[in-house]
Amino acid sequence: MDSEQDKQQYEADARPVLEAPDIARVLTRIAHEIVERAKGADDVVLLGIPTRGVFLAQRLAAKLEEITDRKIPVGSLDITMYRDDLRMHPPRALARTDIPGDGIDGRLVVLVDDVLFSGRTIRAALDALNDIGRPRAVQLAVLVDRGHRELPIRADYVGKNLPTSLRETVKVQLAEEDGRDTVLLGVKRTARPGEQ
Amino acid sequence: MQRHLISAADLTRDDAVLILDTAEEMARVADRPIKKLPTLRGRTVVNLFFEDSTRTRISFEAAEKRLSADVINFTAKGSSVSKGESLKDTAQTLEAMGVDAVVIRHGASGAPYRLATSGWIDAAVINAGDGTHQHPTQALLDAFTMRRRLVGRDAGLGQDLAGKRITLVGDILHSRVARSNVDLLHTLGAEVTLVAPPTLVPVGVESWPCEVSYDLDSTLSKSDAVMLLRVQRERMNAAFFPTEREYSRRYGLDGDRMAKMPEHAIVMHPGPMVRGMEITAEVADSERCTAIEQVANGVSIRMAVLYLLLGGNEPAVTHTRTEEK
Repeated sequence: MDSEQDKQQYEADARPVLEAPDIARVLTRIAHEIVERAKGADDVVLLGIPTRGVFLAQRLAAKLEEITDRKIPVGSLDITMYRDDLRMHPPRALARTDIPGDGIDGRLVVLVDDVLFSGRTIRAALDALNDIGRPRAVQLAVLVDRGHRELPIRADYVGKNLPTSLRETVKVQLAEEDGRDTVLLGVKRTARPGEQ
Repeated sequence: MQRHLISAADLTRDDAVLILDTAEEMARVADRPIKKLPTLRGRTVVNLFFEDSTRTRISFEAAEKRLSADVINFTAKGSSVSKGESLKDTAQTLEAMGVDAVVIRHGASGAPYRLATSGWIDAAVINAGDGTHQHPTQALLDAFTMRRRLVGRDAGLGQDLAGKRITLVGDILHSRVARSNVDLLHTLGAEVTLVAPPTLVPVGVESWPCEVSYDLDSTLSKSDAVMLLRVQRERMNAAFFPTEREYSRRYGLDGDRMAKMPEHAIVMHPGPMVRGMEITAEVADSERCTAIEQVANGVSIRMAVLYLLLGGNEPAVTHTRTEEK
């Protein structure tokens, strides 16, 4: 866990690549893209991947409701138990999995996450979905795609493509969790495997 | 770093709350059509039961299988133990088979501690009840049940049991459940009162972090939960009370006594219940009795413990106090 001082230092060094208005605009665009591709978003279920993916999913759902004038089911999908690197770290505390009441069978599930990097989180999410039900189709929406995929996984909706080097870090901050909306691009202080 | 769960007294408040929170998530898996997680795939867990206990063994077995571990059940009856093999030899056999965790139930207090600390075996050791000493997963599932009923399912996340008043009634002397509960509930901030006939109160109880009373009726009105303990006749080698009828009259929970408890208070029993003696059928079958819930919660708690001890490359639960011993 970063100390408060480390956190401040990182934020001082990092460069913001998306600010609050950009994030709002990007989410509006993704919401419209979802409606367009899903031809009205009748059967869409949004599932956010904790922690920040859940807040993004909730914001997207609100925007979809504005556009379609319908209630969009939104939930969260914790993928911790499905990660392929569980044995490389101490076990993490589990986050919340909350599947909307009607389930996901036959629905179009849109997974929502903040950063798409190696693709391993999304692989785990696909495994987790498998145990929960059988969606009609699964799509992926991310705020930032920073590249460096290790698996053949691609996002359907991307807020911003951000070409990065492996020495760089991408950190998404959202008002619900961090007090402000921003995407920061910084430089890694020490190499930590799995850091976004 | 230790990677065992030997005693409820080893758990810090943060460890205990982490286990309870994790169990809350595990409980959601039980509501799904596919009750399975891939988390412990490829890990081998042995249920090493030197004492009969169908209830605890199948609870652990269900938890292990839901986490996709390979499960081996070993019961002393009919095994080489009945031919005279020692605990050390059994442990070394298991070690040679590459076992990752051992869930041990033993009639001798301290057997799991010995197994974990003697260096015979590298696997994680989880105490599933040893003699009259400890039964930590039982205490955790009891605390989990209390937190769900008294604090709330979602509101309880991250919370302990601060300020809750819990009464444990019955055979304290022979009860590892009582010892584990007193330790854990104290860590979680609850106030515990033990109620038992004087003959069933252990020597040295003054040093336990709890109150002791011989009078059940006076404690009922100020209890948030009343937990009845089974009178363990099989461990009794002398007469501890005159007759079952007298025990039942003074320490059994019936409808009249339950009516004296506050509206929100629950009745708990680790099972198996001896109906008519410790508890009347009316109380056992009432909505306020959580005995069946405790069984379901047991699987969630054991999944949480297995995940936190085995799920990563090092355990998430710190065991500072065992390490100091």
